[in-house]
Amino acid sequence: MSQALAPLNAPDMVSAPRRVRRVEPFRGITLAAALVTLAILLAIAVFLVSKAIPALRADTASFLSTRAWQPDATPPVFGVAALAFGTVLSSALALTMAVPVAVGVAIFIVEYAPKRLANWLGYAVDLLAAVPSVVFGLWGVYVLIPHITGFQRWLANWFGWIPLFSDPDGHTQTASRSIFVAAVVLAIMVLPIVAAVSREVLRQADPALKEAALALGATRWEMVRTAVLPPSRSGITGGVMLGLGRALGETIAVALVLGTSFSINWHILTPGGNTIAANIANYFAEAGPTGRSALIATGLVLFAMTLFVNTIARAVIYRGAPRRRVGR
Amino acid sequence: MTTAPYQRGVAAPDPHPWRMRGRRAFVDRLATVAVYLAFVIALVPLVAVVWYTVGRGMARFGSNFLTHSMAGVGPLDRNGGAYHAILGTVEQVLLASAISVPLGLLASIYLNEYGGHKMTTIVRLLVDVMTGIPSIVAGLFVFAFWVLALHKGFSGFAGAMALAVLMLPVVVRTSEEMLRLVPDAFREAAYALGIPKWRTILSIVLPTASTGITTGVMLAVARVTGETAPLLLTVFGSQYINGNPFRGAQSGLPLLIFQQASSAYPAAIDRAWAAAFTLILIVVALYVGARLLTRRDALNRR
Repeated sequence: MSQALAPLNAPDMVSAPRRVRRVEPFRGITLAAALVTLAILLAIAVFLVSKAIPALRADTASFLSTRAWQPDATPPVFGVAALAFGTVLSSALALTMAVPVAVGVAIFIVEYAPKRLANWLGYAVDLLAAVPSVVFGLWGVYVLIPHITGFQRWLANWFGWIPLFSDPDGHTQTASRSIFVAAVVLAIMVLPIVAAVSREVLRQADPALKEAALALGATRWEMVRTAVLPPSRSGITGGVMLGLGRALGETIAVALVLGTSFSINWHILTPGGNTIAANIANYFAEAGPTGRSALIATGLVLFAMTLFVNTIARAVIYRGAPRRRVGR
Repeated sequence: MTTAPYQRGVAAPDPHPWRMRGRRAFVDRLATVAVYLAFVIALVPLVAVVWYTVGRGMARFGSNFLTHSMAGVGPLDRNGGAYHAILGTVEQVLLASAISVPLGLLASIYLNEYGGHKMTTIVRLLVDVMTGIPSIVAGLFVFAFWVLALHKGFSGFAGAMALAVLMLPVVVRTSEEMLRLVPDAFREAAYALGIPKWRTILSIVLPTASTGITTGVMLAVARVTGETAPLLLTVFGSQYINGNPFRGAQSGLPLLIFQQASSAYPAAIDRAWAAAFTLILIVVALYVGARLLTRRDALNRR
């Protein structure tokens, strides 16, 4: 057998080196492009660190725990504590509001909506993601805030006994630029992301499992609860983490809606509170050299936070997803 | 149909076994209402944002708004327009696409056509992580790199670089998805004809996936067109028409909205709404264009 095949193999073996030479350049070009993409990620970290160092050296207070922002004063005093607190609090509130609605929307589109309508309704929710954040900010300041003041007052009146909603100095009577309003705007912006990821995950639920549940006499909701939601849990968690990443980094909408302050304020209905990203947008134009370097230092903290959250999100999604074909 | 004979101690058969009663039926209805309600709640902000943007935007929107800049216009003046901002946005977005589309496309070709298992997994994970970089961090990066380290000034090009950082991972991932949809039979047919791999990719795989890739690029463009935060740190904003993206501060539609919205005067706020209306028109046009393309895409019809 091998004797008979030998002549057939011969020409191929002769031409092999030539073929490799012909193919290599394009492979190299595409590999270079992939490496440049990675290099950009690395460069972001390198440049942020190197340009943040001057301000961190000049800071006379502890960067991580100080609640003040006077980087251009002599001596400079500033810290990221209040900003990081506001960032995490507003994002956490936003997720608490957005996630139940987003998962509900995903369940509606996948399991409840009429089949023919479902795709179009999906587009409608996706369109929400298309609205630029600055437009949400504009809408938040001039439409949402005037409409939400009464609701905030109502919350403070009736649920003030919950520490988070308390209003000890009666601020909700007059002003409404609170962390709560920022969180509502963030929730609207996070919702389409969580809804889109959840929708894709729910759609992949095993139809055999769903039919089995229905055949056993389950109601539609029982079918969703027992056959659709459990296998989707990790995918939905990943989507929620992606939404968290978006909420943490959202800048312009929050910058427009919130004022500027540097206190740690647990009363979410009262004015005050600020986020890392919004602070950068609000202070950048007027900051001096140390101020800008200090803003870069806070940006580095934000970068680290979002990197952490996104890596976890991807790890969760990858683990939940069916194995994909890699390379060729 | 015969009825079952009566037996002691066994409940009479349910005459309507298909109808649920009591707690289970109640929970099912409750869930249905909750799920419908969730959808309605999600639509409220969408409708409200579009409603107010169109309603308030119409006050100043028109040919005068589109053809005039903000040069010499004070916050109290009722005139002024977005010409300089539209010009800036178009230039910045085109430059950002010129940087990120070739780079992203080549990287996606590597991921889908050449890469080995380990390398692809790493690159794909990092590109996905990159998708989550906040836009303000991209702006800070270009500011630190271009303005602080290289001592160049604010310019439209600096903004384009920041936007390209945001576009790149989106282009890589969507293009990769589209390349993956090209059936292997196409490639094998080309190899069987003795066509080298690079020619196969350039003349068989890419044209087949081109509609999908175009869609992905349009969606990426739509995403960055509305980005404000990176422009704030790189383009800086200007009241004047500056057609040269490589020299001096420019404006951009999102920047104009932000600046006018930060003002307390009604005339400025009207301009902000009109600019927001313009921006939404552009973004929605890109989205609708992308959707129409998808519907014509043979590979995407599943």
